[in-house]
Amino acid sequence: MTQISVRVDGVTYTDEVEPRTLLVHHLRERLGKVGTVVGCDTSNCGACTVHRDGEAVKSCTVLAVQADGSEVTTIEGIAQNGSLHPMQKAFHEMHGLQCGYCTPGMIMASIDLVADNPDPSEHEVREGIEGNLCRCTGYQNIVRAVQQAAAEMRGSTPDTLGAQA
Amino acid sequence: MTAVEDRPATAGPAKEVGQARRRKEDARLITGKTTWTDNLVLPGMLHLAVVRSPFAHAKILAVDVEAARSAPNVVAVLTGQDFKEEQGSIPCAWPVTPDMVNPGHPSVAVEEVNHVGEAVAVIVARSKAAAQDAVELVDVDYHPLPVVVDMERATGANPDLCHDHLDTNESFRWIFDAGEAGTGQNTDEAFAAADVVVRRRFVQQRLIPAFMEPRATVVQPQGDGYTMWSSTQVPHILRIMLAMITGVPEHKLRVIAPDVGGGFGGKLQVTPEEVLTLLVARKLGKPVKWTETRSESLMSAHHGRDQIQHIEIAADREGNVKGLKVHLLADMGAYLRLVSPGVPILGAFMFPGIYKFPAYRFDCQGVFTNKTPTDAYRGAGRPEATFAIERIMDELAVELDMDPLELRRKNWIGAQEFPFTTVAGLEYDSGDYDEATRQALELLGYDELRAEQQRRRETNDPVQLGIGFSTFTEMCGLAPSRVLGSHPYGAGGWEHASIRMLPTGKVEVVTGSTPHGQGHETAWSQLVADELGVPFEDVEVLHGDTAISARGLDTYGSRSLVVGGAAVVNAAQKVVAKARTVAAHLLEASEEDLQFEGGTFSVRGTPGTGVSIQELALATFAAHNFPEGVEPSLDADATFDPVNFSFPHGTHVCAMEVDTETGRVSIRKYACVDDVGKIVNPLIVEGQVHGGLAQGIAQALYEEAVYDADGNLTTGTFVDYLVPSAADLPHFDTANTVHEAPGNPIGAKGVGEAGCIASTPAVVNAALDAVRHLGVSDILMPLTPERVWRAIHQGGDGGDRATAGTNAYGGAQTETTTGVSTPESSLGGDR
Amino acid sequence: MIPAAFEYVRPSTVDEALRALADGGEDAKILAGGQSLIPVMRLRLAAPSTVVDLTRVSELRGVREDGDALVIGAMTTHSDVVSDPLIAQHAPLIAQATETVADRQVRHRGTFGGALAHADPAGDLPAVALALDAEFVLAGAGGRRTVPAREFFVDYLTTALAEDEILVEVRVPKLAGQWGMHYEKFNRVAQAWSIVAVAAAVRREDGHIAEARIGLTNMGPTPLRATATEQALAGATAGADAIAGAAAHAAEGTAPSDDLNAKADYREHLARVLTRRAVTAAAGIQG
Repeated sequence: MTQISVRVDGVTYTDEVEPRTLLVHHLRERLGKVGTVVGCDTSNCGACTVHRDGEAVKSCTVLAVQADGSEVTTIEGIAQNGSLHPMQKAFHEMHGLQCGYCTPGMIMASIDLVADNPDPSEHEVREGIEGNLCRCTGYQNIVRAVQQAAAEMRGSTPDTLGAQA
Repeated sequence: MTAVEDRPATAGPAKEVGQARRRKEDARLITGKTTWTDNLVLPGMLHLAVVRSPFAHAKILAVDVEAARSAPNVVAVLTGQDFKEEQGSIPCAWPVTPDMVNPGHPSVAVEEVNHVGEAVAVIVARSKAAAQDAVELVDVDYHPLPVVVDMERATGANPDLCHDHLDTNESFRWIFDAGEAGTGQNTDEAFAAADVVVRRRFVQQRLIPAFMEPRATVVQPQGDGYTMWSSTQVPHILRIMLAMITGVPEHKLRVIAPDVGGGFGGKLQVTPEEVLTLLVARKLGKPVKWTETRSESLMSAHHGRDQIQHIEIAADREGNVKGLKVHLLADMGAYLRLVSPGVPILGAFMFPGIYKFPAYRFDCQGVFTNKTPTDAYRGAGRPEATFAIERIMDELAVELDMDPLELRRKNWIGAQEFPFTTVAGLEYDSGDYDEATRQALELLGYDELRAEQQRRRETNDPVQLGIGFSTFTEMCGLAPSRVLGSHPYGAGGWEHASIRMLPTGKVEVVTGSTPHGQGHETAWSQLVADELGVPFEDVEVLHGDTAISARGLDTYGSRSLVVGGAAVVNAAQKVVAKARTVAAHLLEASEEDLQFEGGTFSVRGTPGTGVSIQELALATFAAHNFPEGVEPSLDADATFDPVNFSFPHGTHVCAMEVDTETGRVSIRKYACVDDVGKIVNPLIVEGQVHGGLAQGIAQALYEEAVYDADGNLTTGTFVDYLVPSAADLPHFDTANTVHEAPGNPIGAKGVGEAGCIASTPAVVNAALDAVRHLGVSDILMPLTPERVWRAIHQGGDGGDRATAGTNAYGGAQTETTTGVSTPESSLGGDR
Repeated sequence: MIPAAFEYVRPSTVDEALRALADGGEDAKILAGGQSLIPVMRLRLAAPSTVVDLTRVSELRGVREDGDALVIGAMTTHSDVVSDPLIAQHAPLIAQATETVADRQVRHRGTFGGALAHADPAGDLPAVALALDAEFVLAGAGGRRTVPAREFFVDYLTTALAEDEILVEVRVPKLAGQWGMHYEKFNRVAQAWSIVAVAAAVRREDGHIAEARIGLTNMGPTPLRATATEQALAGATAGADAIAGAAAHAAEGTAPSDDLNAKADYREHLARVLTRRAVTAAAGIQG
């Protein structure tokens, strides 16, 4: 057992874990962060995507011990002061989900994409979420959602205010 | 002028039906506040892991569980010997012929294993990790037997046998002959008299539903009863079947499908793992959870498709079709599951498509092989049929030197001919194939693309362009109970709903149709809001728990809105009828003088009077002032049993680029116009079409469950079973025409399977259209670059793929993912 | 699935890592980015007794110049490689190929050195390192040694790394002259490994191809150089015909395998087509 301390969605948790514990299992089974889910064994599906120190990672392919001392944000931690993250809103508005199983990972990967590329084209969104599989939507409304959220996120950034002219 | 008399009734809220309402379901799904089965944690809960066979066919000589049993935190290790008296057989509800051979399907193998991945023992441990560790400690002594993987060999002379105790690999032979049924002419005579006959052999490769949420089941014993949570599409069917199999009385078993992450037919099942979880919980008296891994899911959850189709079409020189003959080999896999044999039979009626064939004969053999059982996968029989007819229409067009659309037009049912009884005996309800086609061509930009195709041909461009069509219909709204009974399916096809008017005027709608991503909570709220005239927000839809939704037949076959939604509407109308009686009493008017609009009853011609249905709910709760002899309840329920199927249709057009140097195909443009009848929520309809397209295109281009000669599934992970990502799929241009279905009060036809059924042949036809001038007339699915390249440069249909998995992750193949151990399984380094 | 149990060591220096590796014995395994090792452990294809996690060895991360060489720390992540200005300037081929590795989440964790040490012939970076004549700096108990790319990749998933050694950095010679580079990848879905890919670096001089270096991905148990094509291109006119003629030799000396995506003869064909395309793009010619 190894002691680790991880800040998850703003709360620091200190636990003893087996080194083989995957971050996603630690989140789900120890911390009750069941919003993040597991969809495969091979790092293909991306359903488990969370942010670790600000970067999207597949939490099934990170050991919990590797997250020691880091800041993890899950789907449960992105709404601010009770209002949804623009990406969450956009997935709802654009019907970017059906069964919703891939959605937490899809949203977390998309936020990461938009942080790198604030105004992605349809092609860039499709490439940017290549690491997340969805079996329900055919992706088209997910792509729309990401672009809509990107627009809102650009608009809400002080640097770009007034830049529309 | 006195406005009083003529003033229109209070304008109610705008109609909900037809609005692109954002989904109610989303709130929990986008925030991670979901209740997937695997989220459940119960006090004292044990974890179950399944030991699976690495052999496709073998006798079990001995199972040594001692090492596993004494491993840390292992509570029990149980084998087929422990369960043989109580496990019964996984049920097959669809014995398609009286003499159908059913070998019996134990949940855990007792003496013989018949496919890789079949359960041979279960580990019960205090943690998931301990259970998985102990799996490796179970030592099974197998005596390998000959393996049957090929249907044609299995039905040929002196085949090896899939099941030792049977003397055949054929489960059933099912024939429909329109001449004999009286729905058409004699097929042989029609063929003999025809100018042209085209014959083809098409292969429907094996697919895996690959829902995103791996299956999970939790069982909690309570007193003499059990509660099961399971990621299932069919909690109601599951409850009945589990009761029949295990002897747990039906009323002592509650089944709950909480949030379910996709199904696509893949969770339309009574699985060995569900049975085993219940049996273990009963044996140990403790709550037990089983959650599968993805590799377990790919190898042991049922597969779909897998047919060899021999199809013959007869026509005259002018292109009038004269007859159709189909001979199918349908791979059942090693066992019959819930509706395995019924899948090809569902397709039997759809091979004639939208065309006016005078003669038709269908002949299907169900075949056992030592592979994972097949069963429903999105479309279930109908995609296979649609593929065959839409592919051979193109082949006939080539033979006749006709434009493929012209040939179709010449033979399809005209808009004025509905209702139309087909040669298969179905009565198609409504539609306009010509209009859908016209709109689809426009959406695609057909003329420009045809011109570009011509340019590319003339310049011998290495990238060729092709355009492919699929003008399809499907039978949805499963199903009229009487029809099911004649086939003979083991249950009815009705659906149930009930509506509960709460004292504060809020409404609970209970539906027996259990969703797993479709958006029932939203669409049903729209239906009820309109019927009762209450706000959309005031409606709550309850489902998926047999203790709440007592009656139901769940979700599959594009039935939910058509059958389940119809039950909701009928129940709502009963509520209104009951409320009318109470309103008349309170308004001191006769029922005939009341009008009901915008949720309010008022006396005709008496402005200012009125009582809302929500107020009536409170008055009914109090029941202080109630009409004599009337029960104080507005609640109502309804069961809807359709009299006919519904028949969505559409025209799908795909423009495909083919790189003739590498064989890579890529969709340039995809347009479709679907007629799904009345649209309750256009957002949901569009989403369903998109998702269906993705899966249908994936069949054409990416997906195949590949077995090697030993019966090992070499596409055992998502590394090799290629579910496409956003980057692998095109933008879709979609639209609708609307011809309402006459068979249900909503007018809806069903949309869940349309995209999946229609798209596959459009894609393949497009690829062939691009390279047909190079001598290619067929390419096996999926259209891998290698196959396309071979077909272009070496002739033939692209041929069989090598069966070895890729070397990704150093060959991500183990006994637990494919059944084989590769020599490369020792690894170094990192990615 | 859950990996089998193991001991976990998280050193913060190379020396500590080497000691941990030595202490762990022959079943010790180095964890770099973990994006191949962890899946493989989850599938229980690998069950190391000790895992030595290099993610906190900060000296292994980063890109610097050292005279005529670009030095890439083994633990530099793929995303760092993609955005690194020195790599963009001196070895854009590396960035271009790295951008095609898996997906953005994997690129955030996966590392340059990890991918090379894994030596998966279907991986994108080994052929690139081979084409660029990179040198591998290996640290062991006895000190450091440098191994050229041609000697580093020994066999399928096997490198010149001894059990007690760690790949610490990769030195990529800065190329002098007018070089063009291109990575041409062929796979079936976006996040998949290459069926075949070709890494090409071409130096042009006066309308001729002065020198070409071509690495082949997944054309044998190790990454390979398309030597016959390189020779045919040296001094050739920078034109479509000459390139096509040279590319026709691309599969010579290769030994590709058969799998679901391609049988060997099709891989050989792809190698020829993709080599032509890669060289054409690298040479800046209209294809």
